[in-house]
Amino acid sequence: MLLITCPHCGPRPELEFTYGGEAHVARPADPSALDDRDWSEFLFVRNNPKGVFAERWNHAHGCQRWFNALRDTHSDAFVTTYPAGAPRPESTAEDVR
Amino acid sequence: MRRFNLGNLLSEALRGHEGWGRQWRSPEPKPRYDVIVVGGGGHGLGTAHYLAKEHGITNVAVLEKGWIGGGNTGRNTTIIRSNYLYDESAHLYEHAVKLWEGLSQDLNYNVMYSQRGVMMLAHNVHDVQIFKRHVYANRLNGVDNEWLTPEEAQAYCPPLSIDPRARYPVMGAALQRRGGTARHDAVAWGYARAADSRGVDIIQNCEVTGFARDPATGAVTGVETTKGFIGAGRVGVVAAGHTSVIMERAGVRMPLQSFPLQALVSEPVKPVFPCVVMSNAVHAYISQSDKGELVIGAGTDQYVSYSQQGGLQITTHTLDAICEIFPRFSRMRMLRNWGGIVDVTPDRSPIIGKTPVPGLFVNCGWGTGGFKATPGSAHVFAHTLATGEPHPINSPFSLDRFRTGRLIDEAAAAAVAH
Repeated sequence: MLLITCPHCGPRPELEFTYGGEAHVARPADPSALDDRDWSEFLFVRNNPKGVFAERWNHAHGCQRWFNALRDTHSDAFVTTYPAGAPRPESTAEDVR
Repeated sequence: MRRFNLGNLLSEALRGHEGWGRQWRSPEPKPRYDVIVVGGGGHGLGTAHYLAKEHGITNVAVLEKGWIGGGNTGRNTTIIRSNYLYDESAHLYEHAVKLWEGLSQDLNYNVMYSQRGVMMLAHNVHDVQIFKRHVYANRLNGVDNEWLTPEEAQAYCPPLSIDPRARYPVMGAALQRRGGTARHDAVAWGYARAADSRGVDIIQNCEVTGFARDPATGAVTGVETTKGFIGAGRVGVVAAGHTSVIMERAGVRMPLQSFPLQALVSEPVKPVFPCVVMSNAVHAYISQSDKGELVIGAGTDQYVSYSQQGGLQITTHTLDAICEIFPRFSRMRMLRNWGGIVDVTPDRSPIIGKTPVPGLFVNCGWGTGGFKATPGSAHVFAHTLATGEPHPINSPFSLDRFRTGRLIDEAAAAAVAH
């Protein structure tokens, strides 16, 4: 089980959290201007890296707030967590060692 | 390749079984192949087999990063069934079941396909309604499936508790009698041996690190690997959980997310469990291998990962449910558990067909349930690679469906219980 550091509550077991998929996926400002290809990209295509991934978590059984995390999907080690709305922090390969 | 038959078996028995030889070669890669299959699991090896057997294309290489059958082919719970709701899925998985039924003969290798029946439990009124709908839809598609009362279900599977006071009461079950299990390693080995005997090169410890493209047309002309450049007429990527990683190297983003999926086995015991039982509602499926171990599968972990391991709470949750439905297993000891990485599409149906890159084809997105489809998937993908166009069975499973909106939404029907 992952140990996840909620930016508001501190480290808590994964059981308290639900997952929200990739972070920083912005809804297009004018969806009707998009063609089918770009719209399907927004709806269905996500980054799926073997490495550092920006993702959303919800502290469902805690403060119930959404926040973002950088996690290495190869080792499952968290690089950092940060409040929703904050820009994605810089991460280097060193972070995930 | 020495065929397995009574004559050869007797002659080998007389000389201590020393004359069988290696079952497949370990060749160095040639400079160029007509077709390169990236991924040496069951689907990839099967693709090579059907390319050689059905289409006469034998200048084929299967490139495997690790060892053949070492990924999800060797990690799944080996359940085979075709009782999918939608027409497209029913045709695809039924195509596979029909090939499973003759596979041992086709490969001259015993894949131990055991049609012991797959029973899916209904625990509430909604389960009953949707499973009955499945039964009717399956029958219209020529797929066997029948509805059982709780008493009939228990008669078919005596360890099942149908106590109405149970936490998950059994209100009935859908039974596909032609479903069952097969020996997963034998599937990889049998396909490898059969493909190799027709001239296919199986190259292990060879990771694809990049793709060479024709500057004018953009078409794939070969692959960069850890064993150097290998030219190719066409390339088929069959890389399961790592498909996104490989396709990224060709500049193609896929509608896939990779998740850990866990399974576990108990210590081996005498035959106690005659069939496969699945429960969608409680995320559990169980069967007994011919070795005697109970083989138990869980749901996926919730987060994207390539770590090939998951959280213990997932398996604990599954075992809670198993012990509730089968009280006699409450004191069984579990021997080991493990995880594999499954590539999941938004509609929980696979992607088999062309990509935006000419000459590059993909067979992926099998999510939590690819093993059952191995022969069918390999068969239609070989057709796609040989002709450049999808087989009628896999044409609905195009990558393009996410643009056109013609999704095959098995998420509700099959998201958990593969």
